[in-house]
Amino acid sequence: MADLNPLSLWRRFLTLPNDSRTKTLVVAFLVSAVCAVMVTAATVVLRPIQAQNRAAEQQARLEALVAAVPAISDLVARAGGAALSTVVVDLDAGAAAGGVTPETLQAALADPANWTALSPAEDVAGLGSRPDYAQIYLLRDGETVSLAILPIAGTGYNGRIQALLALGGDMRMVAGIAVTEQSETPGLGARIEEQAWQQGFAGKQLFDDAGAIRFSVARGPARTEHEVDGITGATRTSNAMTQMVRFWMGPKGYGPLIAAIRRGEF
Amino acid sequence: MAGRESLWNALTAPLIRQNPVTLQILGICSALAVTTSLATAFTLSVSLTVVVVLSAGLISLIRRHIPNSIRLIVQIIIIASLVIVIDQILQAWFFALSQRLSVFVSLIATNCIVLGRTESFARSNPPLLSMVDALGSGLGYSLVLTVIGACRELFGSGKLAGVAVLPLADEGGWFTPLSLMLLAPSAFFLLGGLIWAIRSLRPEQAEPPEFPPHETGEAR
Repeated sequence: MADLNPLSLWRRFLTLPNDSRTKTLVVAFLVSAVCAVMVTAATVVLRPIQAQNRAAEQQARLEALVAAVPAISDLVARAGGAALSTVVVDLDAGAAAGGVTPETLQAALADPANWTALSPAEDVAGLGSRPDYAQIYLLRDGETVSLAILPIAGTGYNGRIQALLALGGDMRMVAGIAVTEQSETPGLGARIEEQAWQQGFAGKQLFDDAGAIRFSVARGPARTEHEVDGITGATRTSNAMTQMVRFWMGPKGYGPLIAAIRRGEF
Repeated sequence: MAGRESLWNALTAPLIRQNPVTLQILGICSALAVTTSLATAFTLSVSLTVVVVLSAGLISLIRRHIPNSIRLIVQIIIIASLVIVIDQILQAWFFALSQRLSVFVSLIATNCIVLGRTESFARSNPPLLSMVDALGSGLGYSLVLTVIGACRELFGSGKLAGVAVLPLADEGGWFTPLSLMLLAPSAFFLLGGLIWAIRSLRPEQAEPPEFPPHETGEAR
């Protein structure tokens, strides 16, 4: 009759020679299981606090971007201290989304029906699929939009890159950029986070006279009004930034919205 | 049971006499990378000390049942899991600092001091003694990092733990910051200087030369 009492089984297991196959496998399994529980618990318990931290940082970067964009403080002052207005837009329609507010955006984006899959030809930024709604920030001068801050995202060398791109009132000129999240190689691609590099974006023209998108991160120093200095040793990251801006300024990104703002519909 | 004296010895030996960084030259990578300011150096020191103490304790608890053939993997799994937990805690409650430390918290898992202490000490000693020994090693590492971090921050940016100590020239003071101090090579120089100073004071730490110095004709 086999002894099935777990305690005595456990004791028998512990007295096995350390190098027996059973003990090796069971010890490996138990150690992995305990470690997995430890790691999972830490991640799950701490996630809400981390999400809060990230949201706060996003807000801080938005404020820093606004402060760094030249003449923006004048514009804000003229608007009578009125800060940026937050708008959720429907990307396909290029208009303010009916029924989705900044508060309900999170819930709306949790629903896969509110995402559009991108075909490989459209998906230049390597996103796979794109949300139908985006939260943007507008600064108004009277009735016209004088500045739009648009969140953009793409896939870099090591992972996702997120940034806030600020466009001037003509919707052609970049007013500034702030990279809000990246995991590029420290010292190389991660230099997209540096102020000095980001300042190169200000004043760049996104489109040529025919309206085609021409913006790119150059290989080496910028030569035209459409180019930003490249980052040496980080070609993939530089390309990712180019593709990211091109995608989001294109028809699947903020194209309809930009057209609407130019027509004065906002 | 270990006497009080051997506990005290295990705690204090790694501070200077057996310092893991200056004598065994372990953990150099992170010592170079995170010492640009005192705050980051201190955070990484605390994180490493916590990881090394906990992993030494855990491994020492199960030391009699670790199969020899997979002992390194078992140790690394325990260490790496603890590192992830610490990293998550830092991201939750010390977000700004964890952003500045970036990957170096996760790289504690590969720090030779941690695996070195668990493999060479905790695997064959009872938990209390192992943890005290690990604490000593962690403190030894922290001591070196703190000294280098303080030097680099003081001379590189005129501050100490974020508080201006030396008034900067471009803010109307007299001190021109040495930007070399903010680059990785300066940590090598400082560490080299520190090791030289310790080995001059304690000649028993100096290693015998591997080759006799070559005598050149021109030098005379």
